[in-house]
Amino acid sequence: MATTTPTRGVQGPRPGRRAPKPMTPGRQAWRSRLWRFDDKASPYAYIAPFFLVFGAFGLYPLIYTGWIALHRVEMTSLDQMEWVGWGNFSTILQDSEFWTAVTNTFVIGVISTVPQLMIALGLAHLLNYKLRASTFWRTVILTPYATSVASAALVFALVFRADGGLLNWVLGFFGAGETNWANGHWSSNIAIAVIVIWRWTGYNTLIYLAAMQAVPSDLYEAASLDGASRWQQFRNVTIPALRPTILFTIVISTIGSMQLFGEPLLLEGGQVGARGGTEHQYETLSIYLYNYGWNLGHLGPAAAVAWAMLVLLLLIAAINWLVGRFMRKTAA
Amino acid sequence: MRITRTVAGRGRRTAVMATTGLSAAALLLTGCSDSGSDSDEADANGNITLTVADFGQFGYKEAGLFAKYHELHPNITVKENVTADEQVYYPKFLQQLNTGSGLADVQGIEVGRVKELVDTKADAFADLSKVIDPDQWVNWKALQASTDDGKVIGAGTDIGPMSICYRRDLFEQAGLPTDRTEVAAKLAGGWEDYLALGEEYKKKAPKDTFFMDSASAMYNGVVSSDSEQYYSKDGKAIYKESAGVQAGWKLASEAVDKKLTQGLAQFSPPWQAALRKGSMATVACPAWMAAQIATYSGDDFKGKWDIARTPGETAANWGGSFLSVPAKGKHVKEAGELVKWLTAPEQQAAVFKAAGLFPSNKGAYDLPDVKTAKLEYFNNAPIGEIYAEEAQAIPAAVLGPKDGVIKDTISTQINNMEQRGTKPDDAWKAATEAIDKVIG
Repeated sequence: MATTTPTRGVQGPRPGRRAPKPMTPGRQAWRSRLWRFDDKASPYAYIAPFFLVFGAFGLYPLIYTGWIALHRVEMTSLDQMEWVGWGNFSTILQDSEFWTAVTNTFVIGVISTVPQLMIALGLAHLLNYKLRASTFWRTVILTPYATSVASAALVFALVFRADGGLLNWVLGFFGAGETNWANGHWSSNIAIAVIVIWRWTGYNTLIYLAAMQAVPSDLYEAASLDGASRWQQFRNVTIPALRPTILFTIVISTIGSMQLFGEPLLLEGGQVGARGGTEHQYETLSIYLYNYGWNLGHLGPAAAVAWAMLVLLLLIAAINWLVGRFMRKTAA
Repeated sequence: MRITRTVAGRGRRTAVMATTGLSAAALLLTGCSDSGSDSDEADANGNITLTVADFGQFGYKEAGLFAKYHELHPNITVKENVTADEQVYYPKFLQQLNTGSGLADVQGIEVGRVKELVDTKADAFADLSKVIDPDQWVNWKALQASTDDGKVIGAGTDIGPMSICYRRDLFEQAGLPTDRTEVAAKLAGGWEDYLALGEEYKKKAPKDTFFMDSASAMYNGVVSSDSEQYYSKDGKAIYKESAGVQAGWKLASEAVDKKLTQGLAQFSPPWQAALRKGSMATVACPAWMAAQIATYSGDDFKGKWDIARTPGETAANWGGSFLSVPAKGKHVKEAGELVKWLTAPEQQAAVFKAAGLFPSNKGAYDLPDVKTAKLEYFNNAPIGEIYAEEAQAIPAAVLGPKDGVIKDTISTQINNMEQRGTKPDDAWKAATEAIDKVIG
């Protein structure tokens, strides 16, 4: 918690304010004490609900998951916990499937995040110009984000289906053979990345757009007076101004892709989806966790996977922070 | 923003607001109340709704039993909630048992899971031996759902004696016999003959058809005929050495090698679609499979399917299920009565007649409905005769807690050999690794 009190409109009672009724001095002192207490304490009361809920639904599960990760716990008998120390962690680290899942998560993360943010930046740039019915376009671009993961994944599952899928049908006109998208390692990862890109591009576009609107227009005017083309304006004015926003979207997208679950689960669906494909070719860390905990019923290793994911995320966040600091330094 | 304040009353209001906030949060924290079942309370007239959660095909809808129960008990409405794939159903069911919420009044249990539930979750179920006489069932069936101290957690619904479902029209086009006794005669030597018949079929197979849906079905047929399959009598996992598993695996790899299978994971959407298209000539058919085939193949193939008795001389039981009553339900007593009625001889016979699920209740075997049962969809195959004889000879199989998962894992790897050309040795290695992870 920060110790500085935020500046507020009013610091204590204002001079010249009179209480409506004359009071005894003792009562007045008590009043002002109460007032001071109110001033100091009520902000805590206001934010308390969030922290209580966060403690109960965020922090406590996090710590308890760590506790489970050090035990053998079976889905079939949750009340029996047997201490195994770091055993679960060594189990998953020695499991080749875990590394498959790590690789897949990173591959899908990269091939979904990078194009997604690039497209979002381009779209935001276009939407930033004066165009007719701009509100309409901005709304349309957000619609994919408003659809649920399940419906998006199910529709794309039909697109990528091996027999009679829409994509194979279209590719058939170009003389391409039947591709079993879900079966190949790369093809399945690409298919999942496409679903992610489709859903999240609009969301990031709007974030970029909001940031672009905040760039002072005289910068652009000055640039155009200097004879900068639109592309140069974009490169030399927009991008530097958007740097913190870009960093923010990268962090958010990284967290999102680390938790990728619904898309791979529903690409083929059923039991195959819950294993991340028949040969785990598109198994992400979340699916691996789910499979370990809910299909195999071993909650210890599953909890260990959850913590491993947290560690990975913290690592990525640290790298991001270092890169951000480096960028700020060079910018300065 | 400037905040102007009045002096009087604000402190108190803040306190009120804060307390409200706190108590709301407290309410949130304690908001996870434990609801035993999703069914609603009885209304003013004492009408209740019982929910039955099951998977695949239990045949009650086909036989119209829920409607009939409502006629017999006007105050009780039965709602069925079906999950197509048992592998999806079971993990969810386990979770519901753990949290005690979302459970139906009656829950189906597959034989591959029953041992695990008996070992670990017996307390979560009502003891059905108090309602139903366990001696009604074939002996091994009742034992599968009984704890050591005699508590019975599940009432036997059906058992799965094996047979072969085949398409008469495709057999005819491929120049094979179509009569069920002749087909059975060709398979008299066992599953090896089934493969030989497949090769014969392949020589003249109609375009875009396959001899079997998946070698995993045949594998399960082979394994099911042993009394020791994945676990030994003393509870050890012996799947690596088990003769049945090895024989089944060898035959399955052969079938894949000779390209006799379409390679579709059973019960998956593509498998259902293939039945609709009618692209497979045979399916290894435990009794309950007939209902699946009839459901997905639809009216186009009515009468074109037929059933021949199981290859060879060994009786086999693949699958079969139980109905259980979770102890925390709101209507345990009524649910017990419903289960008793559903698993009684007459009702099991009705289900057999309508959907071909073979009764586990001994009392049903002498009923004319079972003895003379014919499945219209399957060219009036006399399933009563075909299964009854075999059911008497089924060995009492030793069950293990992870039977279901082991079976599914091996089936998945057989699918990998079929679909991706995984080499048998690699597939076996992958299977054992995955299974050891399950058992470990």
